[in-house]
Amino acid sequence: MLNELQKRLLNDYQRDFPLSSQPYRDIAAELGVAEAEVLTALQYLIDQGYISRVGPVIAPNRVGSSALVAMRVPPERLQQVAEWISRFPEVNHNYEREHHYNLWFVLIASDRQHLQAVLDEIEKQTAVPAMQLPMLTDYGIDLGFELDWNDGSV
Amino acid sequence: MMDPFDRRLLEAIQQGLPITPRPYAAIAERLGIQEAELIERLAVLRRQGLIKRLGVIVRHRPLGYTANAMIVLDVPDRLVAQIGGHVSRFGFVTLCYRRPRHGEQWPYNLYCMIHGKSRGRVLQQFQQLSDSCGLRQFPGEVLFSRRCFKQRGALYRSCHGGDRALPI
Repeated sequence: MLNELQKRLLNDYQRDFPLSSQPYRDIAAELGVAEAEVLTALQYLIDQGYISRVGPVIAPNRVGSSALVAMRVPPERLQQVAEWISRFPEVNHNYEREHHYNLWFVLIASDRQHLQAVLDEIEKQTAVPAMQLPMLTDYGIDLGFELDWNDGSV
Repeated sequence: MMDPFDRRLLEAIQQGLPITPRPYAAIAERLGIQEAELIERLAVLRRQGLIKRLGVIVRHRPLGYTANAMIVLDVPDRLVAQIGGHVSRFGFVTLCYRRPRHGEQWPYNLYCMIHGKSRGRVLQQFQQLSDSCGLRQFPGEVLFSRRCFKQRGALYRSCHGGDRALPI
């Protein structure tokens, strides 16, 4: 169960994080608590896995090269193929989805050539074609994610 | 191509700010620059949109958002920017991207994500989105996630070796 301070930190500080010498103190002042309470609460949220970090969301494809990739893996091989693919450090957000294209992951590499080399290796080893779906346009302005506490599930 | 200094700076900060009283000073020290210089440059990158946002990066699943739908649509090219702009304005839409089609096997060019606490709620939100944006006229599919094999802040291997987090 999260307390009020933890909920406010999760909800209200996904964007416009203070760019000042002592940002946690500034947040504490805004929320009317001590800086130490903010530090403790944030560390708790990280330790519990509710937040991955306090940091930047970088515009896709501005640093490095990335693509969404979809594969149609025979169901009986899905687990094994997915786990093998997950071992690449370039792979993340590797999900099974309810579709005949059942495996979806994001590849991120330092450049286009590196990305292609990883994909070639994946296709060669799995013998499953990989459909590349790089982002062409991002329509979102990314205001963060609006959290709903009403059903009390966390 | 990005300025090498900005690249170093983003590599240093993308793993996250330390949860200590002067987080920017700690990162500036690693980069061998002044704290004020780092803060100033981050403000510029945020204004320019290279940093889309700076703050707490929440993880959906542990917070109870276990229903995750990727909605794909085949929108005529002349309409896709307008429809994409409209769709992305809904608070429950976490991503809205245009991606290339792949022939008849995969004719979709517009993608958006909805994270919700239940499948029913997500489908309700999709219905609301469809009504408001006139999406029913376009062929589309809703792909819910099933198993999650890997999930983390994106990493890319820099030219200098080592893993770097890069949110996507």
